[in-house]
Amino acid sequence: MSQKITINNKVLIVEDGLTILQAARANNIYIPTLCEDPRLEPYGGCRLCIVWVEGMPRPATSCTTPVTDGMVVKTHTEYIEKLRKTIIEFMLSDHPNDCMMCQKTGDCRLQDLAYKYDANYTKFVGVRRNYPIVDDNPFIHFEPNKCVLCGKCTNICQNLVKTGTIEMTKRGFYSKPDTAFSKPRTPENCQFCGQCISVCPVGALSERPSLGKGRRHEMKLVRTTCTYCGTGCNFYLNVKDEKVVKVTSDYDAVVNKGNLCIKGRFGYEFIHHPDRIKTPLIREGDGYREASWDEALTLVSTKFTELIEKYGNDSVGAFSSSRCSNEENFLIGKFARTVMGTNNVDNCARV
Amino acid sequence: MICVSVCMGTGGISAGGDKVFHNFEAELLKHDIEATVNKGCSVHQVGCRGLCAKDVLVDVIANGVKSTYEHIKPDMVMKIVEEHLIKGAPIKEWLVKEDYHNFNAKQMKVVLEDCGVVDPEDIESYIERGGYQAVKKVLTTMTPLDTVETIKRSGLRGRGGGGFPTGLKWEFAVKNHADQKYIICNADEGDPGAFMDRSVIEGNPHSVLEGMIIGAYAIGATKGYVYIRAEYPLAVERLRIAIKAAKEKGFLGKNILGRGVDLEIKVKLGAGAFVCGEETALIASIEGKRGTPKSRPPFPAQKGLFGKPTVINNVETLANVPQIIKRGADWFASIGTEKSKGTKVFAITGKIKNSGLIEVPMGISLKEIIYDIGGGMEDELAFKAVQTGGPSGGCIPASMIDLKVDYESLAAAGSIMGSGGLVVMNEGDCMVNIAKFFLEFTQLESCGKCTPCRIGTKRLFEILTRITEGKGRKGDIEFLIDVCNDVKATSLCGLGMTAPNPILSTIKYFRREYEAHINEKRCPAKVCNALLTFTIDKEACTGCTMCAKTCPASAIEGDKKKPHTIISDKCIKCGSCFDVCKFKAVNKE
Ligand SMILES: Cc1cc2nc3c(=O)[nH]c(=O)nc-3n(C[C@H](O)[C@H](O)[C@H](O)COP(=O)(O)O)c2cc1C
Ligand code: SF4
Ligand code: SF4
Ligand code: SF4
Repeated sequence: MSQKITINNKVLIVEDGLTILQAARANNIYIPTLCEDPRLEPYGGCRLCIVWVEGMPRPATSCTTPVTDGMVVKTHTEYIEKLRKTIIEFMLSDHPNDCMMCQKTGDCRLQDLAYKYDANYTKFVGVRRNYPIVDDNPFIHFEPNKCVLCGKCTNICQNLVKTGTIEMTKRGFYSKPDTAFSKPRTPENCQFCGQCISVCPVGALSERPSLGKGRRHEMKLVRTTCTYCGTGCNFYLNVKDEKVVKVTSDYDAVVNKGNLCIKGRFGYEFIHHPDRIKTPLIREGDGYREASWDEALTLVSTKFTELIEKYGNDSVGAFSSSRCSNEENFLIGKFARTVMGTNNVDNCARV
Repeated sequence: MICVSVCMGTGGISAGGDKVFHNFEAELLKHDIEATVNKGCSVHQVGCRGLCAKDVLVDVIANGVKSTYEHIKPDMVMKIVEEHLIKGAPIKEWLVKEDYHNFNAKQMKVVLEDCGVVDPEDIESYIERGGYQAVKKVLTTMTPLDTVETIKRSGLRGRGGGGFPTGLKWEFAVKNHADQKYIICNADEGDPGAFMDRSVIEGNPHSVLEGMIIGAYAIGATKGYVYIRAEYPLAVERLRIAIKAAKEKGFLGKNILGRGVDLEIKVKLGAGAFVCGEETALIASIEGKRGTPKSRPPFPAQKGLFGKPTVINNVETLANVPQIIKRGADWFASIGTEKSKGTKVFAITGKIKNSGLIEVPMGISLKEIIYDIGGGMEDELAFKAVQTGGPSGGCIPASMIDLKVDYESLAAAGSIMGSGGLVVMNEGDCMVNIAKFFLEFTQLESCGKCTPCRIGTKRLFEILTRITEGKGRKGDIEFLIDVCNDVKATSLCGLGMTAPNPILSTIKYFRREYEAHINEKRCPAKVCNALLTFTIDKEACTGCTMCAKTCPASAIEGDKKKPHTIISDKCIKCGSCFDVCKFKAVNKE
């Protein structure tokens, strides 16, 4: 069944079971959010996605309100926009506002919203949280005072990664996402998948290895496929001055919807590592010597032909890498069967 | 037959109840009078501190006539025995006065009917008073739908604050089919100063269990929880005893009364967060998660505990249920007003003579509660306002004293019924300070999930603090109203939605007081120290040096036995001198 609803005077036919926010998005109607993530259950915490629904006594959060037939919604009335502005101004009243020094500048949801809503930094003046920066592990850098309590990091860690490393702690104004007993993140309690960083809309969580290595506007984004395992997650290499300095999620990726593990997100150091093998190596005496691809492949093909002639097709085999793409693995299998004439095909993936 | 009852509850004993009791025994023995002497008066156990103000209370039943004495001291016992018990003439001047009778006359006990009458730790005494008859009636003569219908017709509304029609809530849960349903009793009572639910559970736990069993039968729940504050150890203990006894008697557990109905009830202790009284937070807490509210829909009746249809009701709501079943929906609906039926239990406190626990029919006026039941103001300071609904409620001014106490009238006045806190204030209370007090509570108890409540209530508290410190600015009142309305409109749960009520209602009715603080830097009630000047009255000062010793700023000078003076430049306006002076020589203006 589908529902007929009206958003901003436009009549829309939408799928059953959608929230107002989902229906609006599907019809290219923008509603600001901070705590929403399509992979997670609606949270309803930031309150920015409020809309006016006819017949309801107060603004409703579009992320949690399901559409019902005949619903009439307004997403940008003067009143709703005023309330959103107040919410943003509340956030700014408890935020360091040091955008000039912040790693997240140019890629920060709060910064964008403050700009868009012409928010006043000093409308509300009062105490601010004064938590120390948490820099107790090699991957995850946490500046609690920048946190807007959207709950996405804890939510994704609990409900998607299912590691449960972090949860909201404390109460009220001083609430903060934290590990149990504020213990450092270690391999015992954390996967270091960085999923928490990837969802943080502000500069509270950031990639430790990328600190100080450039910000969003300086990056060239190169979409690529992870080379570690056969899942083939997609992501963006963030390239600055011809160097990969960070990996960010590709939320549109069909395979992984922006999710990554520690290897995909942090395991890119090998790219510029001095020990990285960049050419084929040919064994000579006790060691190896660098060679061109042409030379190496010619050597392999000559030797294989000799072996097949002498001992038959099954004396050879092909062994491919789990760090190849599915297509490459398929090709090597095909090559072995049709060209080399053997079924001896294997792969190092043992997961 | 002569019967003497001496009030020996906590209040009675502290007023000398046990001495009075012993003297009665001794005197009766001396005069060789055959009489029974009881410890403990029924009235006391309902937790009526109003009556305990008149302790030691002694009931004497002689020749079938009951007389009640107030303020009885041990040395008064001899005279009572001689004049009343022997000569048959009650001592008129010691008898309770009209106010005592008013205290009871205007009350109506439905929920508290058996509190203090039954022994809360003995199921037999509850059964003797007709206990569990309602469960029997429901299980043997009514279908679940009949039960829901009866509660619907009675007009019972939730006593936990929201006032949602209970029958309707049950009906939603009935309509949602599931392999498992739950019933939860909300005994998290976190409002500062509230002790209604605690008193009901301590006084008559079986009435709450009986309500739960009936509710569970009506909606088809086979598992129940009582979520109760860990700070209520006595209530928890009595509840556990009651559950065990009810199970042994076959009112709980498998195949209740042989009717093929099952219900298992567990007790779950709260960890002291006010917000866990909110139903979705409470459910999360039972599930072992952090107790934070969730957006509704889905409502608990659709997707509640562990994702299953769940009915959650307040203690007092549930305790009303057996009475409705026993006496009928029409009886219940005949009490109260058109839209608010039945009675309400209140904890009245503040600047009133008889503070304590009362139960009144809905629709009674504030005046009757404060003057007839409460006995009026405790001292010469005039009545100023009454705060209902705890931190979520508002202040109603003296001019509206004839207001009826029901859900609609209180809401129209900018307050709420709430769970039943009623704080009476007099001319000595500063309304800005009262608003600040409540905001201090709410901003601390905010769960932190949503922005307007987490940061907004903090900012509101800060603005109020500023005003009480004499740092109010022009435009602050409008600013407060604006921010209050935004917080109300955008907060996720009831806590944030209602937190601004104390501010909005005090501005509405006591705007002049805010203006005095902001424009004239003056606190008319003389409460906000920062706005007061402290001086010492030379005539009254005896030179005892107490103030000088206490002053943390060493701002007080003067020789022993000579009048002291406060050096105004050094004074930090902490008010310590005012508090310690035994001769009322310190003035604040
Ligand atoms: C912040 C907050 C605290 C609450 N605390 C309590 C409480 O202590 N006891 C209670 O019965 N209801 C409390 N409630 C109301 C519950 O959410 C719920 O409405 C109630 O338990 C439903 O029962 P009723 O319909 O019988 O009133 C609270 C609500 C809020 C928003
Ligand atoms: S890195 Fe992964 S496992 Fe560790 S806290 Fe973040 S989301 Fe959780
Ligand atoms: S750290 Fe980031 S993701 Fe986590 S709650 Fe704060 S703002 Fe949200
Ligand atoms: S209104 Fe306050 S208590 Fe309620 S969810 Fe929001 S932050 Fe938590």
